[in-house]
Amino acid sequence: MTTYYTKSHEWIRVDGDQATVGITAHASEELGELVFVEAKDEGTEVAAGDAAAVVESVKAASDIYAPVAGTLAGFNDALSDDPTLVGKDPEGEGWIFRMTVANPDDLKGLLTAEQYKSL
Amino acid sequence: MSDSLQRTPLYDLNLELGAKMVPFAGFEMPIQFPAGLMAEHLHTREKAGLFDVSHMGQIRIAAKSGDVKDAAAALETLVPADYVGLAAGRQRYGLLTNDEGGILDDLMVANMGHDLLVVVNAGCKVQDADRIEKALSDRCVVTRQFDRGLMALQGPAAEAALAPLCPAVKDMRFMDVIETELAGVKVTVSRSGYTGEDGFEIGCAGADSEKVARAILGQPDVLPIGLGARDSLRLEAGLCLYGNDIDVTTTPVEASLGWAIQKARREGGSREGGYPGAEVVLKQTRDGVERKRVGLLAEGRAPVRAGAKLFADAEGQKEIGVVTSGAFGPSVKAPVAMGYVASDHAAVDTPVFAELRGRYVPLHVRAMPFVAPGFKR
Repeated sequence: MTTYYTKSHEWIRVDGDQATVGITAHASEELGELVFVEAKDEGTEVAAGDAAAVVESVKAASDIYAPVAGTLAGFNDALSDDPTLVGKDPEGEGWIFRMTVANPDDLKGLLTAEQYKSL
Repeated sequence: MSDSLQRTPLYDLNLELGAKMVPFAGFEMPIQFPAGLMAEHLHTREKAGLFDVSHMGQIRIAAKSGDVKDAAAALETLVPADYVGLAAGRQRYGLLTNDEGGILDDLMVANMGHDLLVVVNAGCKVQDADRIEKALSDRCVVTRQFDRGLMALQGPAAEAALAPLCPAVKDMRFMDVIETELAGVKVTVSRSGYTGEDGFEIGCAGADSEKVARAILGQPDVLPIGLGARDSLRLEAGLCLYGNDIDVTTTPVEASLGWAIQKARREGGSREGGYPGAEVVLKQTRDGVERKRVGLLAEGRAPVRAGAKLFADAEGQKEIGVVTSGAFGPSVKAPVAMGYVASDHAAVDTPVFAELRGRYVPLHVRAMPFVAPGFKR
């Protein structure tokens, strides 16, 4: 499994064409405690950069973008009951949605952990 | 951050306390401190929070005759509130209206015995002072005190935190105002605020602000609070934010602020009308209005934000209004909002639907405030 990052502060962990997506610890800190998270329906086709989910703090709503093109494959239902999970463990239990990656070659255009850290 | 932004007298202290600064109404203001918006909100409801509100404008109005009642009568030509009847040492909310009855700003006016102390919104203060000066300068001396500091201490522990520094506050009740000393500094103190909690607003010379703030922050149970929590606190309290919930396109009647027009200024009152837009406001009071500001509580957890369109039905067929403020309410533990709806949908418990990301989420019209007020009457 490999994890890639985006300039818009998503991470995507990939195993074959199956991927899990969330927001980075840095993004989570910037947003503060979340009060609501939702993703578009399973089966929705997304292009790279499309809004695939939304996270809301007390103050504002922020879109979470699909890092690459693909099909949404499920939402982390635990976040419906406890959206603060994202803040507690942004790159683990606080994952937001799963997706099937349309073209695994697209991942090469994303950032590595080192590249993201040096942003 | 841009060089053109102004700084309050508490700027350095805010940075020292770890504030995240943002531009607001031309000032660099603390949006939140390290505790974070949610914790700051809840702390203010449970204990006490100190807010830097020095960006707001303080204006003194003194009558040339020396009689404060003359200053009050002069101000009544701009504001539809009863200030002639406002006793010395008391404060009252009011609205600056234009000739169409639209709201130019909302403000607090205190009778200080010898003159009036007016507190206005940061974004409107120059325009407000210009308007007041232009209309009143033949009868009054209008002094802008925009370099003064202003801070609000809000929450159920506010009195206990302030009394050791300033024992006189124990004898104050809601909307009282006094001039006194706090930590050796000359201050004005009002028992009021913008959170729905008991609390005080303390004004002092800019140069003394940090001394006062440090003394208050040194008391038990007091944390610094940013503008982010100030917004969610005032929204839960059902209080309007100028520019969002009220502006020149809304009248006092549409804004459900008829309570800010006391009996003496209403139809049949001893000083009926006599302010800009009075004919419009009197007519609307008599005949009703097409839309009204109401409170809205969502059924689900998804916050409904300012700008969301409101509909009578879940299919989005009949548009009936718009949300003007909305956020998740940390104390209510649910999304809260306010907005304008057609008057035939404004009754408490009426179901309405807000457009949110292409769907229509259910809300109900609810009475405000959304939280029980903590005022000491």
